[in-house]
Amino acid sequence: MDSIIGQGIDRIDGRAKITGAAAYAADKRAPDMAHGAIVTATIARGRITSIESTTARNTLGVLMVMTHENAPRQAPFQARADDRHARPKPQLASDEVQHFGAPVALVVAETPEAARAAADSVTVVYEKSAGVFELGDASRDAYDPLKASEGESSDSHIGAVDAAFDAARTRIDAIYTTPYQCHAMMEPHASLASWQNGKLTVWSSLQLIESAHKSIADTLLLEPDHVEVISEYVGGGFGGKLPVHADAILAALAARELGRPVRIVLTRQQMFHVTTHRPASIQRVRLGADADGTLTSIAHQSLSQSARADEFSEPIVNATRSLYAAPNRLTSQRIATLDLPVPDSMRAPGEAIGLLALEQAMDELAVALDMDPIALRLRNEPEQDPEKRVPFSTRALVPCLTEGARRFGWDRRRKQPGTTRDGRWLVGMGMAAAIRGNFLRKASARVTLKSARRAVVEMDMTDIGTGSYTVLAQIAAEVLGLPVENIEVRLGHSGYPDTPGSGGSFGASSCGAALHDACTKLKARLAAGEGAQGLSAEGHVTPGEDYKKYSQFAYGAHFAEVGVDETTGEVRLRRMLGVFSAGRILNAKTARSQLIGGMIWGVGAALEEEAVVDPRFGAFITRDLASYHVPVHADVPDVDAILLDELDPHANVLGSKGVGELGICGAGAAIANAVYNACGARVRSYPITLDKVLPTLLDRME
Amino acid sequence: MPQSHPISSAAWPTTRLTINGQKHELTVDPRTTLLDTLRDHLGLTGSKKGCDHGQCGACTVLVNGARMNACLSLVAMRHGDEIVTIEGLGESETLHPLQQAFWTHDGLQCGFCTPGQICSAVGMFREIEHGVPSAAMANVAATPSLDAVEVRERMSGNICRCSAYPNIVAAILDSRQGHAG
Repeated sequence: MDSIIGQGIDRIDGRAKITGAAAYAADKRAPDMAHGAIVTATIARGRITSIESTTARNTLGVLMVMTHENAPRQAPFQARADDRHARPKPQLASDEVQHFGAPVALVVAETPEAARAAADSVTVVYEKSAGVFELGDASRDAYDPLKASEGESSDSHIGAVDAAFDAARTRIDAIYTTPYQCHAMMEPHASLASWQNGKLTVWSSLQLIESAHKSIADTLLLEPDHVEVISEYVGGGFGGKLPVHADAILAALAARELGRPVRIVLTRQQMFHVTTHRPASIQRVRLGADADGTLTSIAHQSLSQSARADEFSEPIVNATRSLYAAPNRLTSQRIATLDLPVPDSMRAPGEAIGLLALEQAMDELAVALDMDPIALRLRNEPEQDPEKRVPFSTRALVPCLTEGARRFGWDRRRKQPGTTRDGRWLVGMGMAAAIRGNFLRKASARVTLKSARRAVVEMDMTDIGTGSYTVLAQIAAEVLGLPVENIEVRLGHSGYPDTPGSGGSFGASSCGAALHDACTKLKARLAAGEGAQGLSAEGHVTPGEDYKKYSQFAYGAHFAEVGVDETTGEVRLRRMLGVFSAGRILNAKTARSQLIGGMIWGVGAALEEEAVVDPRFGAFITRDLASYHVPVHADVPDVDAILLDELDPHANVLGSKGVGELGICGAGAAIANAVYNACGARVRSYPITLDKVLPTLLDRME
Repeated sequence: MPQSHPISSAAWPTTRLTINGQKHELTVDPRTTLLDTLRDHLGLTGSKKGCDHGQCGACTVLVNGARMNACLSLVAMRHGDEIVTIEGLGESETLHPLQQAFWTHDGLQCGFCTPGQICSAVGMFREIEHGVPSAAMANVAATPSLDAVEVRERMSGNICRCSAYPNIVAAILDSRQGHAG
């Protein structure tokens, strides 16, 4: 019989989603529910001197106005805590304003209309302090982060990079910049809080249930067993729902004060400041190579935004340590403190923007060497991880490159920019490599037999659109020998066994391995003669030594064809292909969807997405979907993803690796390189908007 | 300084309209949008609020057969209208062909934009049947046809941040073929 794991079955939560029956946080109702509206700060740094809320309090239907003057006692915030997503997130805790758009008051009313109107009438007076808002201005105060990401150090240095670079026959030394980016998931953050007999239930939109449970309980100074957190459906996360935000904490506080359930939904505009974002970066890449393209030195140094209120360091250079061979190597991560909201992880933190720089630099090197960019990468394929000096668990970058080139028709690409034309469009092709770290996290799962033929899986994992419900059902079905439709998967509840949740592409592998263990144990007990009805088993997984003994990454190769309007400089994607290798694929259909989605995020990063800071106010001025541009249907022509067969025996019992973030890694660089091939414009400042392409087109005309 | 005007319920207008084939007579705060009425007063939460500003399309419903962002209309403006939401598209266990096609083609991931995408596609089919031109047409006086380029242009008011776009377009084209034109 064919394995159930891997089959591209339709997602089991599909019916609920296509009929509108799936209930997301803001769809939940509770009897006698009141509605909260948040008032946010209009300065970036300073303190509140007074809040005038008489009008709000006197508005018909208003139940309460909460400010720092009357907010209940909460645990203090712990800057630079070990687990930033599980720590207390106190709200309205002081008169200090640490960034524009920070919550300064909450209005709760009988209806959302009354709450919003009353919130608009609250007047806050501030004493403003000067702030620093531009990364370039803060660069001289850049520092080595106290905590680098994923257990890696912020620096690495092997050999003598400067000497090797100076001696190299061909050199690239370039600075790339990437802008602030926003998760902009379709579902705004929302929470409904309800108290019953001293116990709190919060329905919210979260990626990490266990962390959120601890964060909410600790903030409100509650015993963990007095708090229940539920997130059955999540309308997209991408990292933006890793932390608990103001909606959850304020709803819980207000519901306790009022003695009735309170729902708070962030407005789309509020999301840009109340939640997190991807930091802007400035990256310098230096590559030195011999005449045949052999790299003699790689240096990749990054500076990214952190915040005064807390520290976040985007691990921009991590993948550079493992992607290509070179005897002399240097990487470093630095951060600078700005008076902006605190950044956090966004889809493929590190690789997503690190590869925008490195993989464009590799293309520049190929041009300088007069070499095919695929050949350049093949020339520098390492035998083992060049910095960790351990074997790769699996590494199929080369097959991804060669298979992708064949399928895409790379041999039809002309090396000379501006030589392929389709009417008014200058057409070009570009490629880039994809690499994304693979992780396994501690996880638990419970499986219970309702009958000999039906099983229930319970874990506090979430499904943020990734397909968790479906792949977990497939794993249980396969191990237990039952049809998928006989498996009920219950996720997103803090009462279920702990998992790492959805983030870092570790969810499916970690949760799947724990579930595999639970089902294996259950089967063994059945075989030993225990009765099926009600039989239950828990399974676990803990990362082992294989994560130190092997270098573990998923790989891929992107190929893009773009058109550049010869007159306006407008760039349009024409087609795109990604070929990936990510261990065993748990569901061919949902994995492909994840990869395509990631690639299209790369299109956004290359051509559209930019949250613009107004330095006069220290605020993002692009705070809606009409000004923060994400790809829409018309921006996305033929985009396809191919998965190569692989099984990584060192990753976990399933042999799988994460796919949720791999698709974005390198995708934007492939587009940037295609823009160069189309018209000769080398744009190192993302996104590649037409104003940055036009000067090259004007030069061509002269 | 903005002022909040308390509105007594005695002054609320009454709106009569049909939603998913059922007649309703609603007396709600006149500031209430069609979207909030559906979601908060009628329990029809399939229509989603992604932006409340007509920028994302997650709230798309059909008003007298035409697609509309329900967040951009006050319910009081819909007196006498016929509204169809995602809950009214399929019939109990029978899915609308578009719903089935979205599922089969994996034209969804998180699912939040999905009801709006599906309602929008229903409205788009009608626009094409009525000869409504689009910016993708070389000749706007010509009869529009349904192909991938047209679908992408006409569906661009419905954002999918998960970026299931290629699968959504495949689902829409496939459902139309199954629909016998």
